[in-house]
Amino acid sequence: MTRRQLWQRFIVHLDRPLLLGICLLLLTSLLVLYSADNASWGQPLNQMLNIAVALTCMWLVANLPLHYLMRTAVPIYLLGMALLVGVALFGEISHGARRWLNLGVATIQPSELMKIGVPLMMAWYFEKHEATLTMKNYIVATLLLLVPVGLIARQPDLGTAILISASGFYVLFLAGLSWRVMGGLFVAALAGAPLIWSMLHDYQRLRIMMLFDPSQDALGKGYHTIQATIAVGSGGLLGKGYLKGTQTHLDFLPERTTDFIFAVYSEEFGLIGSLILLSLYFFVIARGFVITANASTYFTRLMAGSITLIFATYAFVNMGMVSGILPVVGVPLPLVSYGGTSMLTLLLGFGMLMSIETHKKLIKT
Amino acid sequence: MNKHVELKNHQREIYYFRLRLAISIGFVLVLLVILLARFAYLQVIRHDHYQTLAESNRISVVPIVPNRGLILDRNGLVLAHNYSGYTLEITPSKTAGLEDTINELSTLVEITPKDRKRFKKLLAERRNFETLMIRNRLSDEEVARFAAQQYRFPGVEIKARLFRDYPYGEKTAHLIGYIGRINQTDVTQLEENELTANYRGSDYIGKTGLEQSYESELHGTTGVEQVEVDSGGRAVRVLSRTPPSSGNTLVLSIDAKLQEIAEQSFGNYRGALVAIDPNNGEVLAFVSKPGYDPSLFIDGIDTQSWDELNNSPDTPLNNRALRGQYPPGSTIKPFMALAGLHYGERAPGLTINDPGYFTLPGSSHQYRDWKSGGHGSVDMFKSIVVSCDTYYYGLATDLGVDRIFNYLSRFGFGKKTGIDLDGETPGLLPSQDWKMRRYQQKWYAGDTVSVGIGQGYNLVTPMQLALATATLANNGIGYKPHLVREVRSVQIDENHAIRSESLADLRIAPAHIDLVKRAMVAVTQPGGTAVQAAAGAPYHIAGKTGTAQVVGMKQGEKYDASKISERHRDHAWFIAFAPAEQPGIALVVLAENGGHGGSTAAPIARKVLDYYLLGKVPQPLPDLADKEGEEHD
Repeated sequence: MTRRQLWQRFIVHLDRPLLLGICLLLLTSLLVLYSADNASWGQPLNQMLNIAVALTCMWLVANLPLHYLMRTAVPIYLLGMALLVGVALFGEISHGARRWLNLGVATIQPSELMKIGVPLMMAWYFEKHEATLTMKNYIVATLLLLVPVGLIARQPDLGTAILISASGFYVLFLAGLSWRVMGGLFVAALAGAPLIWSMLHDYQRLRIMMLFDPSQDALGKGYHTIQATIAVGSGGLLGKGYLKGTQTHLDFLPERTTDFIFAVYSEEFGLIGSLILLSLYFFVIARGFVITANASTYFTRLMAGSITLIFATYAFVNMGMVSGILPVVGVPLPLVSYGGTSMLTLLLGFGMLMSIETHKKLIKT
Repeated sequence: MNKHVELKNHQREIYYFRLRLAISIGFVLVLLVILLARFAYLQVIRHDHYQTLAESNRISVVPIVPNRGLILDRNGLVLAHNYSGYTLEITPSKTAGLEDTINELSTLVEITPKDRKRFKKLLAERRNFETLMIRNRLSDEEVARFAAQQYRFPGVEIKARLFRDYPYGEKTAHLIGYIGRINQTDVTQLEENELTANYRGSDYIGKTGLEQSYESELHGTTGVEQVEVDSGGRAVRVLSRTPPSSGNTLVLSIDAKLQEIAEQSFGNYRGALVAIDPNNGEVLAFVSKPGYDPSLFIDGIDTQSWDELNNSPDTPLNNRALRGQYPPGSTIKPFMALAGLHYGERAPGLTINDPGYFTLPGSSHQYRDWKSGGHGSVDMFKSIVVSCDTYYYGLATDLGVDRIFNYLSRFGFGKKTGIDLDGETPGLLPSQDWKMRRYQQKWYAGDTVSVGIGQGYNLVTPMQLALATATLANNGIGYKPHLVREVRSVQIDENHAIRSESLADLRIAPAHIDLVKRAMVAVTQPGGTAVQAAAGAPYHIAGKTGTAQVVGMKQGEKYDASKISERHRDHAWFIAFAPAEQPGIALVVLAENGGHGGSTAAPIARKVLDYYLLGKVPQPLPDLADKEGEEHD
């Protein structure tokens, strides 16, 4: 085989437009991290390592034929459930919540695994029953979603529980859950809210209210929002310039390499920069939808659509929280925030998208 | 036909799916538009507003540190309080040329090399936009001098701050403890408990003693102020304010005067004293000698003072009352006697003959009585009064170690008392299991013999012995010892009394209690081991002396205090409660290397009892040196 052929084989399962969008976002990540880490190479270098690992995994998944991908659904879901039960029973308590499981060699956060595991399982289930979909199947699929979500909400990790619920809802929606049922659920939720509210303890109500009104907790989480909003607003149209953000470099911004990295970016590159970043995200999301539209099977359609929508949701929730229109929940800015776990989860998802796109030709023939 | 229908369905499905996909795309576009609108609002429309906020950092969120709660004794005497004083502080990020600024400042106010050293330390620890203290306790004159020149020093300001003060100093150091600067370990702890927000702006946290164990009550809730500041960092106007709420006041069961008298009564001895009200477990005095000056620790102790305290052979930092573990010596005998009665191993009237030593069957090893020649014919009553060792060698052997373990642990030996102070040690009550676990060795009969006189493996803390004595005084009904009687909230004018928590009733037969108590009264009367200390008291004292050996003696060797170096002399114990008929106070005195319990420890106890029961303040202290003579134990 010539070198050229080898190269061809290496890239045949990579979707080029998607890869381009991802790489541009990753470059942005390194650029902003360098600034957020006060012009030091410490975190950018570590992030490069995270990226290298995650890209390798993405490549492996992209090369995995679809029927293999489907076969992983049940084992991954069951493993995730086992780990979640393990956390509930033996998990380590940190910051008042039980989220981590110590396996001796490493501590892991199983809820992260379920971000992919749950939609994968639901898509697999719908594929199995594609020919004869009835209301019963939607109920079973909903249960597949609610059990892990319940376990995660109990940890308590409300943010992750809500995000996984969203991913599951996307699968249900794309699988064709009738409008009438969705409308009914919505009305039921609205009607049930006051009832649940009346059942909560005072301190629980306080917590929820604080979630929506950060100024109530001006020294705690509210402080983050106040400082981040100042950073974004003071960036203006053109930004203060790379490495010149005062909020960032005078130490006012908390968690500025992780959840609040968008405030750094926005302060230094302004509205123009924000527009560019939004366009990049939209480019990746749009490509995801194209892949979804072209997907050949029920399973892949559901999976591709769900992955794309989750990605969009994460981006929206993070930027919404940093700019002060959403409560502070711990969601990183996808592909940009510092951190290995979320990087890995996201790129695994993109690996699936690429596999869906590049293997369908083989199925058709 | 069938195939045709499926195909049609498939196409319809694709159609429906694409419809939903289109809706999804619309959904994402709406989200993007929302974000864009928000960014445009913040970055274009409100840009000027945020611009000014960021540039001059016009509004700052300033935490208002609450006043730390007071600590009072049972009569309202102040044991810990705050006083306000002026400090000179520098914000490094607003100051050009730190070194020059400090040199300039030193021409106005005195700045010692120690101040500079502390400032350097702070500078390394803190972030440089915080204000850091360079001098504390400025005099009014210094404040005036600086104020006139302040315009020359951007980033330097005078602040009024509260300082913690402990009026009783060393006398309550082991009880009250001290606060100190929050360090990295404290920060980690606070983060774990999600308390970081409430400690924003706080510099100090309780490090030991009650300051530590009641930290959550004492600290209070931090307030917030949003202030508008000018470019020099001075507050111009308060925009909004949530006031802080002060920490709660602790009212202790300690009687400060009693504490003081107890402390002084030790003279030059090291040791510990714990006095408890047996009717409710309230601790009346809690002394560990020597103490130390707690104020040294508040702003970080300097190396020299630390070395002095830490390397002193007197170990002043050791809380002897709570953490010191000593052999109980003969103070264990009343409890052993109760065990003998409980298990029916000794009838009250049974007499044994004491030749001055005890031997185990089939062995020639002699366990000696403290009195050579022995006490002759001894029954249980006399065994306590004269503190006969031989009687208890035999009793222990007959009971066996595991029954001793079972019975004594009911009195709280071998476990923490649960007092409301952190860092208590559990002492040691040996058993066969314990020895196997600890040494992988089986228990020998000889091990039991010395346990009978409190001299084997067993170790007690003064706190434990005090609880056991109080439980005995109250006829077997003990109360968990506690130091805080009441927590007073300043804000809502609500007082929260700490309820006494009673422990299990030991259900000791009244006849048994009566016998042991009568014998303990006789200890302080003619013929007993503590007769001098009790002479002339207008009330009855029930007591028991004890002597804990520090170094072992060989067979046939005789103890001679004058030949043994001071640090190797025996520890003197005295446990007591009074008035014996209706006890209002139970106490334990330990004098390290004090020799005999009767001559050293008991007189200390007498002064405390006299003050507590009669209000009598002792005259200048008599010489507490060892007296040679017949008396022992």
